Order: sequence, then C-alpha cells, then structure tokens
Amino acid sequence: MTLTSLAFYLFATVSVASAFMVISARNPVYSVLFLILTFFNSAGLFVLMGAEFLAMILVVVYVGAVAVLFLFVVMMLDIDFAELNEGFLQYMPIGATIGLILLLELLLIFGASTQLVSQSALPQATPEGMTNAEAIGRVLYTDYIYYFQAAGAVLLVAMIGAIVLTLVKSENPRRQSIAAQNARRREDGVELVDIEPGQGL
Amino acid sequence: MEIGLNHYLTLAAILFTIGVFGIFLNRKNVIVILMSIELMLLAVNINLVAFSAFLGDLVGQVFALLVLTVAAGEAAIGLAILVVYFRNRGGIAVEDVSQMKG
Repeated sequence: MTLTSLAFYLFATVSVASAFMVISARNPVYSVLFLILTFFNSAGLFVLMGAEFLAMILVVVYVGAVAVLFLFVVMMLDIDFAELNEGFLQYMPIGATIGLILLLELLLIFGASTQLVSQSALPQATPEGMTNAEAIGRVLYTDYIYYFQAAGAVLLVAMIGAIVLTLVKSENPRRQSIAAQNARRREDGVELVDIEPGQGL
Repeated sequence: MEIGLNHYLTLAAILFTIGVFGIFLNRKNVIVILMSIELMLLAVNINLVAFSAFLGDLVGQVFALLVLTVAAGEAAIGLAILVVYFRNRGGIAVEDVSQMKG
C-alpha cells in the first residue's frame, strides 16, 4: 500500500466519521467543529488529487468564513437545543431508508459509468511546469471570465442581502448635526457661577 | 491498490448521503440542516474535482470554485434569515417557518 493510498484512506475515514458526527452531535457547537474537521480532511483529499488551489480556497472560505459564521450564529442565538432535539429518533427510519436507497443508486451509477474512464492515458489536469493556481488562473481569467464576474456578482448580492436582512434601525441614532453645532453659541454651553467659599452649590 | 476515480466518487456519494440523512434526522434544527446542505455541496465539489483530476480537464476545478462561491453566499443569506427569524419569533422552530410568507 503506497503512501498516497494510506493518506486517502486516512482523510476519507476521518471526513466520513466527522461528517456523521456533524449530523448526530447533540450540541450544534460540536457540529460546527466537526464540520471544520470535515473541511480540513476534504482539503487534504483535494491536495491528493492535485488541486492545491481549491484545497487552500476550501480552507480559507469554508473554515475561515462559513464555519466561523455558523459558530457565531450558534453562539449568538439563545436556543434551547434540548427542545430542538426532541423527536430526533422519530425520523431515523425514514431518513435511513431514503439515504440507503440514494447511496445504492449513486454507487450503481458510478460503478457503471466510470469503467469508461481509463486512469492513466489521459493528460494531467495541471500542465507540466505550472502550478495548479497558475493553470486555473489561465483559464479562469480568459475563457471563463464571465463566470468569474458572475460569481463576484453572486457574492455582492449575498453580502447586500445579508446586511439588509440583519440591519437594525437604531431607535436613537447619534448622528452629527452640523447646523445645530454651528448654531450653538458660547452662552448656550457655558455658565459662570460665583460660589461663596465654604458653601457649595 | 491504486486510488482511482471510483474511490473518490464513492466517498463523495457517502458524504452526500450523510448530508441528506442529516436533513431528515434534524428536522427541527435549522442550523444543522444548513450544515447538512454544506456537506452535500462539499460532496459535489469532491465529485467535480475528482472528475477534473482523472479526466485531465481543468474546467471541473473552475466549476468547483463557482460552486464554492454559491455555497458561501447561500450560507450567509441562510444564516441572516435565521437571525432575523429568531429576532422576530424568539425561537427557530422549523414548523412555524410557513408564517414567514407575506
């Protein structure tokens, strides 16, 4: 067994196990942490496949942004998780049945279709003498520039949407009023009081 | 044994199934449902990258990048809706979500 196969089985086992923990953990904070573990192991698999750029993007985007977003929301909302977990086992049979059928179908399709793909004769995805990031950049910024721009537009819409949804109009916004500032005279703000010694105000 | 395309596809299928299973298992917990959707998108990405690597075509990785973008946007919007929903109703019970319409 080569090192590559060993690494594959390690990453695959850990990612499947932690993915299962994501859906079965009682506390959503643990779910998010296991989600992060799944993403890290998937990034390892991407590196094994020679997609280093996507692996790093996966770590940056998913672990750095999405998972932390989940973590913030889970910790910010005051939710009674014990109540949410009621009826956890109630949906187990139907879910397991549908999941098993889906898995069988997927595996049958893969078994039938991937025999056509020969594993060695094809060229490498990343050309020789070029890093994966450079190769992706060469197609992404030329042939697929419109898709790249569309992705940017999607992110912009998502950002504006999230801000608009969660923005709270403040009851007492402390805005600067330049007219009021300029209209203010010395007499409005300063008052001189003569105080007799030893008497206080 | 050499690690081939089938290994990665099987792994992606298992991850996708876990995602679907998670949606059924955590019917009441929207946060875990969103995480299950992320798992399914991750499985799709593994599929795309595996085909890209074993067919020698870089376009699969470009498409996986776009899927990643959409997944990030979806998570942001979904969690924003969740926060607003929690603020309005004081809970995130999925059964009452139909009250969000108009």
